[in-house]
Amino acid sequence: MIINGVQIDETFAEAFNMRGTRVIITAQNLKWAYHAANAMTGFATSVIGCGVEAGIEREMTEDETPDGRPGVSILMFAMGSKVLMQQLETRMGQCILTCPTAAAFSGIDSDEKINLGKNLRFFGDGYQTSKLISAKRYWRVPVMDGEFLCEETTGMVRAIGGGNFLILATSQPAALAAAEAAITAMKKIPNVIMPFPGGVVRSGSKVGSKYKTMFASTNDAFCPTLKGATNTELSPEIESVMEIVIDGIGFDDIAESMRVGIQAICDLGESSGVKRISAGNYGGKLGPHHFKLHEIMSGHKL
Amino acid sequence: MTQLTFTLKQPLAHSLDCAQLTPDLLKGLNISQIGAISLHNQRVSDLFEITGDDTENIIFKNSSQYFDNVGKNMTFGSITLEGDAGAYLGFGLKNATIHCKGNTQAFAACNMVSGLLKIEGNTGDFLGGASSGLRKGMRGGTVIVKGNAGDRVGDQMRRGLILIEGNVGDYCASRMIAGTIGVLGSVGEYACFNMKRGTLLLAKLPKLHATIQDCGTHTLPFLNLMFKSFKPFKTQFSNIETKRVQRFVGDAACSGNGEILLVSHSS
Repeated sequence: MIINGVQIDETFAEAFNMRGTRVIITAQNLKWAYHAANAMTGFATSVIGCGVEAGIEREMTEDETPDGRPGVSILMFAMGSKVLMQQLETRMGQCILTCPTAAAFSGIDSDEKINLGKNLRFFGDGYQTSKLISAKRYWRVPVMDGEFLCEETTGMVRAIGGGNFLILATSQPAALAAAEAAITAMKKIPNVIMPFPGGVVRSGSKVGSKYKTMFASTNDAFCPTLKGATNTELSPEIESVMEIVIDGIGFDDIAESMRVGIQAICDLGESSGVKRISAGNYGGKLGPHHFKLHEIMSGHKL
Repeated sequence: MTQLTFTLKQPLAHSLDCAQLTPDLLKGLNISQIGAISLHNQRVSDLFEITGDDTENIIFKNSSQYFDNVGKNMTFGSITLEGDAGAYLGFGLKNATIHCKGNTQAFAACNMVSGLLKIEGNTGDFLGGASSGLRKGMRGGTVIVKGNAGDRVGDQMRRGLILIEGNVGDYCASRMIAGTIGVLGSVGEYACFNMKRGTLLLAKLPKLHATIQDCGTHTLPFLNLMFKSFKPFKTQFSNIETKRVQRFVGDAACSGNGEILLVSHSS
């Protein structure tokens, strides 16, 4: 398949089951909501080393947030519920409780609940108070800037992590520019995040390594400087490859974000330096969710 | 189906226990079966003219202060009183709605669990309190009072919301365990006496006893949430626009962590 001069490989992205949650962070203004949210989603690029994958989903207006202040919604994903709960509480305690004027609320309904402020309340040393408002319990914890307001729990849902596609370009600037265009488009899609720095990852990995202690190592088949030294997937003109990884609440959310991202790159045209779009997989044997690029880009129902 | 309507035939000279006339207990009965129910050795049909067949939605016409226990322990449907009500209106109310267009006697919303009780007129003492011998009063739900309330509003209240547009008597929020009481009018003496937790939202500062401590004036974000939750009830509380309150904490006499939040409202 070729779209506007860009080749779309007949391959698929292989994704995994995860557990996810959404938290709404509000503050006195958007600047401080971002300070809180950036801290909370920092060092959360990959479950391999960070425990969770997290990112800012979108900004929220005063009309959309529970307390009528500006805010942002955060999505957080982990391989299991236990890790997700631990990471959420730790990050809430160190990043939201500490951030001036910040408050936190549940952003997703589910029968499965995980703690948001349920244990953080004990920071109040007995001066904390709860309020049950419209069947939701909130905690008010006295802090030095006033009160830290936090909903007791948030929902936890089944989610998918590891949707991805690769951008193969004739230069590093061209690959990065295309990735930025894709991320700009993909950020408009709800229920997904791209957890890596700026939404883009340059160090795609393969399973295994020549070193016994490493269970993942550089994806040499897509490394342009190894074209002559390994079983490369790259043609001679490819000089740089960037990957975009997507975590989302549902399969369709991820598929749609991949579609708009790839389309945004293709809209740049062949002259942008982007030659191919591919995807990372493990032969289809590890992850239950397969995002087939041709089906996504042809608009077929997946 | 039309609402089941009980129209009182003759004014009462004594109290009448109406606990049997709830949607729960009348479900599945026809008018003749309902008329045969005995209240104080009188048939319901002797006391009331009965019309309609929707037992889930009940109306009392010509109701008076002698109608005790209206809506007792009801768990679904609605009751409307087109007049006054007696004591224990909405006793143990759960997931149901009662609308009294007149005044009520004492112990309205006593032991209430959930649902909505709306009183257009005045109500007596111990609104949202506990029945004799119990250590917890109202445990949930919402009570709206358009008029005034008597003494001991929310005595031992455990949870829920009481909004009073008028004045209240002495010992408001006494022994309160948790929940929220809002009063737009004046408040009598000894407010928050032995209060453990909970919130008393006031528009006028009452005379406070020594064990209620002033914690200063603050802008509290949670008020956004709370005031937003008041909107559906269409009361004068919806006119409160400020999020700035003077906070008092007590009752220190019992190591209480309850609070009075004093707001100014634009109504």
